[in-house]
Amino acid sequence: MHDVKRHFGWATFLATLALAGCASPPKTYDYTAFRQAKPSSMLVLPPLNETPDVNASFGVLSQVTYPLAEAGYYVIPVALVNETLRQNGVTDPHDAQAIAPAKLREIFGADAGVYIEVKKYGASYQVVASNLTVEVNAKVIDLRTGQLLWDGHAIASSAEQNNNQGGLIGMLVKAVVEQIANNVSDTRNLQFADLAGRRLLLPNGANGMLYGPRSPNYGKN
Amino acid sequence: MRHMLNARCIGLLALASSLSACVAPPKTLYGWGTYQPTVYQYLKTDGGDLPTQIAALEAQVVKNKSAALADPPGLHGHLALLYSKAGNEVAARGQLEIERSLFPESASYVEFLLKKSAQPAVKDEADHA
Repeated sequence: MHDVKRHFGWATFLATLALAGCASPPKTYDYTAFRQAKPSSMLVLPPLNETPDVNASFGVLSQVTYPLAEAGYYVIPVALVNETLRQNGVTDPHDAQAIAPAKLREIFGADAGVYIEVKKYGASYQVVASNLTVEVNAKVIDLRTGQLLWDGHAIASSAEQNNNQGGLIGMLVKAVVEQIANNVSDTRNLQFADLAGRRLLLPNGANGMLYGPRSPNYGKN
Repeated sequence: MRHMLNARCIGLLALASSLSACVAPPKTLYGWGTYQPTVYQYLKTDGGDLPTQIAALEAQVVKNKSAALADPPGLHGHLALLYSKAGNEVAARGQLEIERSLFPESASYVEFLLKKSAQPAVKDEADHA
């Protein structure tokens, strides 16, 4: 009896998943403020690091110019911004992100600020799989008004590419091999930071960023 | 039921991928090459091997020119930072001016930086004292 119930529960759960896969995207983002603000330049502030990896903030910071620029925005040189902040005694991303928008606008001249939070970065050992995951949140705030224009979230993970074959022992061996491979260098972390950044900030799909003035698609989404 | 839905999902996916196969991959607006990895190297190593990073970016500029690709936003600004750290203020100012001419959106920040670099650096004064 219990088993039947449990199996029925799983079937319902899986059917829901399958349905969700085909369902129309969730309700669309309200772009009213974004469309009115028409930002053309973006200032990426040093990302907050919520992970134990000290390279997470710089890893993500170094990879987000691509999606923002390819989306059609001018991106203030990220390492130069970091240097200016440092020369003014701001070395902590929390302090950087707490600077008044008007002050940031005065120094950097950008229309909007990109406030990123890194939730996950790199390998996490989970018994049967050592996944490499980068998870990021971002807010785009109009530096002229302080108004929120857009916010989003993205994940990129090595688990997407692995197909769990070979039974439990195969999986355990694979986990060990991956754990070693993942620690050889941080190049792979950077690749997933790049992918997460693109998923977060390229205007692809529902509720994504809008195109900027330097894109041929400006005004088309 | 579940299988039917999955089959329908796969059908839609197949249709979507066959449609997208007809569309050429979108061209990027800029020639990125080594720019972002170089930025990471700089940030991670707090400067690190400046001549190698400068050479990598200067090579990218040449490569972009021959491929008729635009240099991405920030590349020349980052070169300015590298030259400045390497003690070549003349080259640094030149790169800032290139950044500004390519991207007028950078004008206000570039002016802020040029004004700062025109002032005698505090570090130099300390070194000479």
